[in-house]
Amino acid sequence: MSNPKYERPLSPFMMYRWQYTNTLSILHRVTGCALSVGTLLFVYWLVAAASGAEAYADAQAVFAHPLIKVLLVGFSFAFFYHLLNGVRHLAWDTGHGFEKKKARTSGWIAFLGAVALTALLWFVLVRRGEV
Amino acid sequence: MSLRSPIGRVLGLGSAGDGVGHWWTLRVTSVALVLLGLWFVFALVRMPDTSYETVTAWIAMPVNAVLLSLLIGTMLYHSMLGVQEVIEDYVAGHGAKIATKILLQFIHFLLGALGIFSVLRIAFGSAA
Repeated sequence: MSNPKYERPLSPFMMYRWQYTNTLSILHRVTGCALSVGTLLFVYWLVAAASGAEAYADAQAVFAHPLIKVLLVGFSFAFFYHLLNGVRHLAWDTGHGFEKKKARTSGWIAFLGAVALTALLWFVLVRRGEV
Repeated sequence: MSLRSPIGRVLGLGSAGDGVGHWWTLRVTSVALVLLGLWFVFALVRMPDTSYETVTAWIAMPVNAVLLSLLIGTMLYHSMLGVQEVIEDYVAGHGAKIATKILLQFIHFLLGALGIFSVLRIAFGSAA
């Protein structure tokens, strides 16, 4: 490694032992990509609504499929996690919350908050007879 | 020979000369999406049901139609910028990188246009 040619910055995963904050970090990207895929379903829902009652009924049948329901629960978790962790990133961008303790606490808040909000959302939807 | 230091010549440029714009737009759209996203989820929760009549009547209301159009546009733009970052990181090879980026740009703009057009069609009462 003494050769200056190889003294380049290394990716964090090559230098540090694993910590749960690593997983939270990559989860931001994973949920972001998942939400990008989720926009397909969102736009499909809107197009169906604009195409008339029949097309909307077809879409409702698609959304009622158990596999799609599981996907929707996943997308809603991805939405809440990406939102909460995104706020965490915005705070970092202003230079706040970098201290180890604060960064770890905010990480837990983002993750557990997303779990709680997902549960709350589906509790409301199930109670309404939507699911 | 230039008298400027090597670092001075590249500072603020980013690798392609537009890194700051990409970074900043991602942040601005994310702030907008916190507001628009929460608005939409609250609206969804407050809807009595998601039947055809309820949903189209809700979308047709002027404030909802405008905010929903903004949500669709901002969401897909933010998604496009984010996905671009992922492609730049993981797709190897210059040609494949550019091809993937263009393909995903097209898909994002197509989805955005479809979504906003659908909302407007419902709002202007021209839906079937």
